[in-house]
Amino acid sequence: MAGLAFMLLLALVALLTPWIAPYGYEEQDLALAASPPSLAHWLGTDTLGRDLLTRILYGGRVSLAVGFAATAVSLIVGVAWGIVAGYLGGRVDAWMMRIVDILYALPFMIFVILLTVVFGRSFLLLFLAIGLVEWLTMARIVRAQVRSARQQDYIAAAEVSGLSHARIMARHVLPNVLGPVVVYVTLTIPAVMLVEAFLSFLGLGIQPPQSSWGLLVAEGVETMEEYPWLLLFPGLCLSLTLFSLNFLGDGLRDALDPRGRLGFRGQ
Amino acid sequence: MLRLTLIRLLQGIPVLLVVVTITFFLVRAAPGGPFDAERSLPPEVLENLEQRYNLGAPPCRQYLDYLGGLLRGDLGPSFRYPNRSVNELIATGFPITLELALYAILVAVIIGVLAGLLAAVRRGTWLDHLPMGLAMTGICLPSFLLGPLLVLVFGIALEWLPVSGWGYAPGDKILPSITLGAAYAAYIARLTRGGMLEVLGQDYIVTARAKGLSMPVVLMRHALRGGLAPVVAFLGPAIAGLLTGSFVVETIFQIPGLGRFYVQAAFNRDYTMILGTTILLSALVILFNIVADLLGAWMNPRLRHGRGTA
Repeated sequence: MAGLAFMLLLALVALLTPWIAPYGYEEQDLALAASPPSLAHWLGTDTLGRDLLTRILYGGRVSLAVGFAATAVSLIVGVAWGIVAGYLGGRVDAWMMRIVDILYALPFMIFVILLTVVFGRSFLLLFLAIGLVEWLTMARIVRAQVRSARQQDYIAAAEVSGLSHARIMARHVLPNVLGPVVVYVTLTIPAVMLVEAFLSFLGLGIQPPQSSWGLLVAEGVETMEEYPWLLLFPGLCLSLTLFSLNFLGDGLRDALDPRGRLGFRGQ
Repeated sequence: MLRLTLIRLLQGIPVLLVVVTITFFLVRAAPGGPFDAERSLPPEVLENLEQRYNLGAPPCRQYLDYLGGLLRGDLGPSFRYPNRSVNELIATGFPITLELALYAILVAVIIGVLAGLLAAVRRGTWLDHLPMGLAMTGICLPSFLLGPLLVLVFGIALEWLPVSGWGYAPGDKILPSITLGAAYAAYIARLTRGGMLEVLGQDYIVTARAKGLSMPVVLMRHALRGGLAPVVAFLGPAIAGLLTGSFVVETIFQIPGLGRFYVQAAFNRDYTMILGTTILLSALVILFNIVADLLGAWMNPRLRHGRGTA
């Protein structure tokens, strides 16, 4: 529950950022450049005299937005793929899952980097690229669920009463696979945020003047000897968020789906 | 077993071919070549360049030429460093990345398995909660955060270890290996604990205990083989993750490995280098996945006759 509360708090803060941030996003005070935490600047300022708390708040918006948007992409593709494969079964299923197997065998981080090279480094394409690589596990989970739901009598009843395949999938199969999907979504969001942070850290993700937690950490690393708070605070925000989301996901999994042991895709 | 090995290896080939094809055409479709720099080049120079990089031919022809080169193990010249071939660049960086990944996986397996075993055997005590709490922290502490923190503490504050480099000063391989391996150690600890708990509840373990065997013997002789199956299955993806995860660690510690070349190539739009590295790493990952599958089949005879991936 603590994970859920933290999560909601985070979402609220992200939504309200323009109103609660103590300073403007591009407001500089060069006289106070790289000053340690103080009453005026709770978390200190960066080397250009910008308020770190404000930067973290705005960066968090970007990190969360990428997390949610890319997860949404992976959710749509994965669920659609899994339902179609699981519902139709037979040869279609075998082929669709073979494709998933093949994609699984690829070093996906390399492919995300490749996609950012090919399509440029825009915000929109970044999360599309991540989302398009992250749907595989979702497809597998959904397919397994659909396979077992397919055997149920109510599906047969729906077929007998003359409903179309599309309608059966949407109205009768989909609602019954939602449990594990919800669990996996809560685990995908932190995974995606990690990928975004990773790319931004390498300089291949979010580009300045936009900011994200990964980028703030990267900037903090450059000056960590002189100004350690520039590394510590963004890092703490990122870690706490990942921790609470993973915690939430684990808790939900234990509660809803005790059998599941989901994949770990590395960093 | 031999048959399974052959089948698996043969299945890997079309997968690799798909990778090569997709990568090749993706990279060709990328906007902006490395040559349309600030100043425009005279047409003769452009023609020369096109000739050298085989860009004049129709795309299908280029693709077939590239495949031919691949079969001969030739990845072509680098776009960025015209005097050097991609093969040369890879040959300088790859051994370093491989060594780093090897140390990291050693760190991960040794720490992870020991911690997981301890937690499973002492389930519910502080010896379970402490390692598992640490493991959760390890998973949530990304390498690009852990690395700088380790450098701050052990490199700068305590001055125990060098803060960068690879093989230049004694002990400079320690921090990168730990940084890269930590998250995997954490995950392996959780997998080991889960696997062992499942196995320790089985009848044959109870039988072994009832025969009067001591706990260490039961663990070593009977439980480990089954309990570590999830860990073995994880090793394939883990090595894939380690090879790509090394990008960040190499950047932090300024290690001249393949990961740094790859990121540099991505910045410089060095297409041939990106292509070559992607293919090499994909081939490795596919290979490691096959090895992990086979190991899993060897440890669990029930998988031997079915398809290895559950």
